[in-house]
Amino acid sequence: MLAAVDVSATRQQPSEPAAQRKQVGGFILALFRLRHELASSAPYVGLLGVGGLLLLWYLLTEFFDIPRFNKLPGPVAVWTEFTSPKPTFGISIYTPDYYKHILWSVWRVTQAFFWATLLGVPLGLFMGWKKTFRDYAFPIVEIVRPIPVLAWVPLAILIFSGIASREAPIVFLAFLAAFFATALNTLLGVESIDEVYFRAARCLGSKPRHIFWRIVLPGALPFIFTGLQIGVGVAWFSLVAAEMVSGEYGLGFLIWDSYVLSQFQVIIIAMVTLGVIGYAFSAIIRIIGRLLMRWTA
Amino acid sequence: MPPLASSSPTTDTIAYCARGAISIRNVTKIYDPDGVNVLAVENCSVEIAPGEFCVVVGPSGCGKTTLLNAIAGFHDITAGEILLDGRVICTATHTAEPGADRIVVFQNGALFPWSTILNNVAYGPIVQGKSRAREARRLAESLLGELGLAEIGGRYPNELSSGMRRRAEIARALINDPNVLLLDEPFRAMDALTKGVAQEFLLRAYDRVRKTVFFITHDLEEALFLADRVLVMTTRPGRIKQVLNVDFERPRSFRVRASRRYLELKAEVFEAVREEAIKAFEAGERELT
Repeated sequence: MLAAVDVSATRQQPSEPAAQRKQVGGFILALFRLRHELASSAPYVGLLGVGGLLLLWYLLTEFFDIPRFNKLPGPVAVWTEFTSPKPTFGISIYTPDYYKHILWSVWRVTQAFFWATLLGVPLGLFMGWKKTFRDYAFPIVEIVRPIPVLAWVPLAILIFSGIASREAPIVFLAFLAAFFATALNTLLGVESIDEVYFRAARCLGSKPRHIFWRIVLPGALPFIFTGLQIGVGVAWFSLVAAEMVSGEYGLGFLIWDSYVLSQFQVIIIAMVTLGVIGYAFSAIIRIIGRLLMRWTA
Repeated sequence: MPPLASSSPTTDTIAYCARGAISIRNVTKIYDPDGVNVLAVENCSVEIAPGEFCVVVGPSGCGKTTLLNAIAGFHDITAGEILLDGRVICTATHTAEPGADRIVVFQNGALFPWSTILNNVAYGPIVQGKSRAREARRLAESLLGELGLAEIGGRYPNELSSGMRRRAEIARALINDPNVLLLDEPFRAMDALTKGVAQEFLLRAYDRVRKTVFFITHDLEEALFLADRVLVMTTRPGRIKQVLNVDFERPRSFRVRASRRYLELKAEVFEAVREEAIKAFEAGERELT
C-alpha cells in the first residue's frame, strides 16, 4: 500500500506532460465522438430512405413512364417549377403568392393551436384533478370527440356565418381537432401521476392549490406536450380539409385549386410544403417541451 | 460517548423533543375491497415515547404499512384510536388530514422528479407558508450542507443514485421539523453497501434531531442497527408479538454489528420473526396495497 502511494507521488512531479496528455485526451475524445456519430446509422439511413423514395418517384413517373403514374408530375418537373423565377402555374419560391398561402395556413393553425391549448389543457387538468368535474365532463368529451372534424363543416359554417367571414369556421375546425387531443392527453397525464406524489405533497403540508400547481401541472407536463404535438398535427390535418371546403388562401386551398385547374406540380409543391411546415411545428413544440422538462433528460 | 440506555431517553433529549408521542390503542383494520374482507391488523396496541427510534418488523402483509398509513392520515381504521401527543388523529370515524407534523418517507421514494433536490427540500416550508421561496431555499441549502448533501442541490432526482435520493428525501422531511418521521422500508431496494451508508446517514440525522421515528422494515439486521426498540408483529391479522429493547449506545457506529450483544439480539429477533414468517408463508399471504 505505502509503496504504491510513493510511486504515484513521484509520478506527479512533471506537470507539463500531464497537460499535454489532457489535450491528447480531448482530441481522442473528439475523434471517439465523431466515430460514434458516424457509426450510429440514423442520419444515413434516413437520407437513404428519402433518396430512395425520390428515385422511385422519378422512375415511376418520368423514367419508365408507367401508366397511371405518368399522369403525375415527376420530381424533375416539380423541382423545375418550384425553383423557376417565372413558374408556369404561378407558384414557386420566387412568387409572393407561395408565401401568402403558407402564411395564411400558419396563421390559422397558430390561432387554432392557441385556443386548443388555452382551453384543452385546463379542461384536462381539471378533469384529472377533480373527480366530480371529470364525472360531468368526460362523457360529453367522449361523445363529441369521435365525430369526425369534417362532419362539423356545415355546422361550423352555420355557427360562424356573419361573424367573421370565412376565417372563423376554418380556425374552428382546426381548433376542434387539436382541442380534444390536447384535453384527453392532459387528462391522461394527470392520471399517470403516481399516487405517492400526492401523498407526499399532503404530508408536506400542501393546500389544494399547491397540489394543483406544483404536482398536477408539472406531473402532467410530459403528457401535455405529447398532446400538444398530436394536437398540432391534427390541427394541420383538419385545417387542410377545412381550407379545401371553404377558403381563398392557404395550402389546403392551393392543393384543391390546383387540382381543379390541373396544375399538378403545384399540388406536390403544396404537399411537400405542408410536410415540412408540419414537421417544423412539432419540432418547435418538442424543443419547448424539452426546455420545460429538463428533469426527464 | 455517554453510555446511555437508549430505550429510555436521557433528560436533555426529553427536553429537546417533548413532542412526538404516538399511542396506538386497540387498533383494528379490515380491508374490504369488493367484499373480500381481510383483517389486516387486529387489536394492536403500542406506546411510542417522544424521540424514540421504533422499528417494526414482521412478515409481508402483517399490517406494518397499514399502521403507518393510519398514523400518516392516508386512511382510517376500523376500530380503536391513534393519538399523537394526546390528540386523536385516527379513529373509525375520523382521520386527521396528513400534515407536516408526521412526515412519511416512502418505500420507493417520492421526491418530485420535476423539481431539483433543493426545491424538493424547500417545498414544505414554502407551501406551509412558513417562509418565502428564497428564504426556504436558503434554509434547504444549509440543511443539505449540514447533512453532507450540499453538492446535489441543483440536480434532479433522476440524476442521482437511489441512496442519494433517499437521503435527500429524509432531508426534505427533516426541514419541516416534524414530530414524527414515518419511514416505510426506505432502504428496501438498495444493495447491501449502499444500504449500510444510508442507515448510517439516518442514524447521524437522528442523533442530530432526536425525533420520534416509526420505521418499517423486513430487514432484521437493519432493525437492530437502528432501533431503540424493535416491535415484532405477528402475521396477519397483525398484532405486536414481542418487543425487544436494543440497548446499544448512541451515536452508534457500524461496529456494533460485530458485537456479541448484537448477535444475541439477532438470534432472539430472528426466532420471533421466523415463526411468523413460516405462518405467513404457509398461509400464502400477499401484501396489501
